[in-house]
Amino acid sequence: MKKKQPGEKKERRRLEIITGALKLFARKGFYATTIPDIARSIGMSVGNLYNYFSSKELLAQAIIRHISAQLGAKIRVVNESDLSSREKIEKIVTIYFETAQKEPEMIDFFLRIYLSNREVFREGCEGMICVNEFVTEIMIFFDDGVARGELRNQDFFSAFGLFMGYLGGMVFLAGEAILPKPLEAYVDEISTNIYRALKAE
Amino acid sequence: MRLLWLSALTCNGNAHSLLNYPNLRNWQKDFEWLYHPLLPSRYTFKEIEEGIEGCEVLIVEGTFSEELVKYRQPFKALVERYGAQARHIVTVGTCAAFGGIFAQGEEGRSGLFFRGEEPTETFEALRSKSINLPGCPIQPEVLVGTLALLKAGETLPLDRLRRPKYYYAYTVHNGCTRNEYFEYKIDEHRFGSLEGCMFYEHGCQGTFTHGSCNKILWNGLNSKTRNGQPCMGCTEPDFPRMGLWTTQKHMGIPARLPVGVPRRAYLSLAGIAKAFRIERFYKPLMEEE
Repeated sequence: MKKKQPGEKKERRRLEIITGALKLFARKGFYATTIPDIARSIGMSVGNLYNYFSSKELLAQAIIRHISAQLGAKIRVVNESDLSSREKIEKIVTIYFETAQKEPEMIDFFLRIYLSNREVFREGCEGMICVNEFVTEIMIFFDDGVARGELRNQDFFSAFGLFMGYLGGMVFLAGEAILPKPLEAYVDEISTNIYRALKAE
Repeated sequence: MRLLWLSALTCNGNAHSLLNYPNLRNWQKDFEWLYHPLLPSRYTFKEIEEGIEGCEVLIVEGTFSEELVKYRQPFKALVERYGAQARHIVTVGTCAAFGGIFAQGEEGRSGLFFRGEEPTETFEALRSKSINLPGCPIQPEVLVGTLALLKAGETLPLDRLRRPKYYYAYTVHNGCTRNEYFEYKIDEHRFGSLEGCMFYEHGCQGTFTHGSCNKILWNGLNSKTRNGQPCMGCTEPDFPRMGLWTTQKHMGIPARLPVGVPRRAYLSLAGIAKAFRIERFYKPLMEEE
């Protein structure tokens, strides 16, 4: 059996803290959750947890980077495929909604903590640094689409806001149990709407 | 060293550019002009057409066309005759190198050895003697330096478009005085002003144009980018492009990136660089505290 390297173990522990914290934040909220709560939930001493993250703010920043990297890696696969822009939109919407359903705490953290508590992310997560991997993939998706003549050339943020705001809004509605149908039932229609808004004339 | 200068379809900008070389008088002592359209020469153009011997370096300016007759003889025949005599064939300016401005919108026009990036076959037998010195116009230092090296018997390392690497391995970005603004992705530029990067909005091609403009300054003083005008990419095979004053973008992302930089890595880096809003770059530096 392959012996685990010390770095590997450390990375695994780091990931456990992130996953544990994500769950607690989703259940109790960011401010009501303390570092000792997180340590207890994953069976780790508070002192040891501080070895990994010296504050709750730094932990929150590591979490948003983690989420961005996870989503970014999934979208990267789509970007590197031979699909048309129309098909890619559907894939990206599916990835986003699937994540929202299978790992609701991830999107929840993004919507309710990252977007709503900017003071936590002011230093260290300036601009879009902490969501860089995710945003980069969306940029590449747009860039390829325009280069192939499938998408209309327009301002980046107009397109980005339309795409991501739409998805975030739908996940929020699902989270509040307002949507009459499950999220995946909307993939087709939403993808069509996004494509119509972005496609070349 | 005996030089023969032939002009094809040209504005003569390269012939004039040479006259701007500050040490022209001294430099010329080492060379003899068998023919140059502006400088004192041993022969008249009529005599060149009739045929002379002794050409060591054939210099060609201007866009080539099979149909071109300069005076009485087809230009092609002149290139063949003197190209065969010469040890080196030097194209000066982007028209002679790749086709350039005079090849726009016309069939059958090209550089001497290339049409854009594509090698042509017309003078295939002479290709191994060729050295391309593009530019619109050429920097005089590049021409006199190349000829001096050839006279000294140096072998010049060339790139795939047969440009001497000594002058064309670099990009115009190298030595640009605006690089702080480039690093942080700030295009707060106004034409003629001395601050702000021109890559993001103003069409600057310096990061993917091969040339020495910011290493060897024009007239020893300046370059386009230092003076407040974007690099127009005049040494490249696709010169002139359309829309030289604006950056072509795909949803805000520059359609063309610095040479050799992978798109994903560039976007990642740009995202990080842009996050640092550095106030001192958003107003004239003289007004900075």
